[in-house]
Amino acid sequence: MIVFDKPRSLADVSTSYCPGCTHGIIHRLVAEAIDELGIEGNTIGIAPVGCSVMAYNFFTCDMIEAAHGRAPAVATGVKRARPDKIVFSYQGDGDLASIGTAEIVHAAARNENITVIFVNNAIYGMTGGQMAPTSLPGQITQTSPYGRDPKHCGYPVKVCEMLSQLEGPEYLQRVTVNSPKHVNQAKKAILKAFRNQIEGKGFSLVEVISACPTNWGLRPDEALRWIDDNMIPYYPLGVYKDRSEKKEEQA
Amino acid sequence: MSQKVLMKGNEAIAEAAIIAGCRHYFGYPITPQTEIAAYMAKRMPKIGGTFLQAESEIAAINMVYGAASAGVRAMTSSSSPGISLKQEGISYIAGAELPAVIVNSQRAGPGLGGIQPGQSDYFQAVKGGGHGDYHLIVLTPASVQEMAELTVKAFDLADKYRMPVMLLTDGTIGQMMEPVSLDLKVESAVEKPWATTGTEMKREHNIITSLSLVPAELEQWNLDRYAKYAHIEENETLWEEYMTEDADVVVVAFGIAARVSKNAVNAARAEGIKVGLIRPITVWPFPNKPLAALAAKGVSMVCVELSMGQMIEDVKLATECKVPVSLCKRVGGIIPTPNEILEAIRAAKGGNEA
Repeated sequence: MIVFDKPRSLADVSTSYCPGCTHGIIHRLVAEAIDELGIEGNTIGIAPVGCSVMAYNFFTCDMIEAAHGRAPAVATGVKRARPDKIVFSYQGDGDLASIGTAEIVHAAARNENITVIFVNNAIYGMTGGQMAPTSLPGQITQTSPYGRDPKHCGYPVKVCEMLSQLEGPEYLQRVTVNSPKHVNQAKKAILKAFRNQIEGKGFSLVEVISACPTNWGLRPDEALRWIDDNMIPYYPLGVYKDRSEKKEEQA
Repeated sequence: MSQKVLMKGNEAIAEAAIIAGCRHYFGYPITPQTEIAAYMAKRMPKIGGTFLQAESEIAAINMVYGAASAGVRAMTSSSSPGISLKQEGISYIAGAELPAVIVNSQRAGPGLGGIQPGQSDYFQAVKGGGHGDYHLIVLTPASVQEMAELTVKAFDLADKYRMPVMLLTDGTIGQMMEPVSLDLKVESAVEKPWATTGTEMKREHNIITSLSLVPAELEQWNLDRYAKYAHIEENETLWEEYMTEDADVVVVAFGIAARVSKNAVNAARAEGIKVGLIRPITVWPFPNKPLAALAAKGVSMVCVELSMGQMIEDVKLATECKVPVSLCKRVGGIIPTPNEILEAIRAAKGGNEA
């Protein structure tokens, strides 16, 4: 009896991710969710610009590569053209929280019936480790070599908190994948974000706090601990909005 | 003879797009093209289509990118400053080889410029506009009837060649009203097996992308695209010739400039000057052949433009600088008068005699 296998929705190819990067885990969770919901043949994914730019090769569903930050607009175009299909975007923090802020805010405001997987590792990985909109105060990167100084370049953007102020979105949750327990929680959130779309509930975003050992300058195990020690205190895990939950409570 | 209706140019574009089967329009308000969005906002919900006002021009063109990827006829429209914002998306659409229709109802620039008509986005439209090697097919209507006909043609060409097509018009033709026949011929729908519509577990996944990190592969993509462009140059170039057979001087102008020029040509003919008009209907591909043929006969050219002189460069290239080419221009949102053009024709004629 097979108790553990590669999800169907993950292509049988090597990924382009560094050792210890948690993109691989997040890809797997997305693929597992697609498999479990039986929507592989019905799903269109949108890849971003950044480390996951090649994600279109890693998922077996139809895929589109979007310009930097524009994935929510591209997803909107696909969903409006094919409302019966399942559409997700997979975006990093530079993509979603910096150059693509307008697109994500308005997709959320419209309650666009799409699923967004937002991978926040507080750095630009693909370009070699520059300061991201989500880099922590004091964090050393290639473009903040003396540590991010909020007096000079402001504070990190908290996406779930920011979007939760909007009337539009259906579901916003922040998770991480640095331990088996957290991976299980992340899986549930991602599954819910896809199920919401199938049920026509609207915009669902799961922010996944992710590790970048290469650009953080840490060993993979240290990077996982760095998430607990530095990222989660600034980016608390939890549900930031869940309209259905609210309705159930009221009922 | 079909019945004609009185319509604004911008409304004719919108209705023709619907006739062409476009059910997905994404736009953002900007003068002087907002009637297109307003018309779509009214009509689309009644015919099961989608009108969506995007948060920006950038979002609008990317919504078109998404809808086109999903295999439907999609369109956006804007005016000069907004078209500049769309250039990133247009480059991606060209790179990913997606069919899409983009309308530019030009106003005077640069920067915020003005809201009166212009033709100074010519370079941007015909030389690419965004980053990388690519072209759009660029259609330039000169009447409200052509607004309708060329909009349908834009969708047909976009699907046929899997590339973005621009309707390059201006604030005047967009705003003016003329009788239009909406008895428009639409080519039968093209199959789109490349579209990302879900695999239904019946085929390998489709990927829409403009990315290739392998230089030899990316070079080949460019070479293949340019082979397609060469075919288009050979087969899709359109122009109107008016009284060119015996002409000593030929006016070259498109869009609103061509309409005013025609009056000036008639006035010059009344004075006995042998003058004609070449009106490019596609400005990419550019009608090089008829211009080269006239240049071979020693015909002088007068370019009439609502710009500081952009199309004139293509006329000089087409004629290989064998004949005098002069420029009659107004900018800032001003249209040259027939008299100004007549003066330019007289000067060109005088130049021939001298």
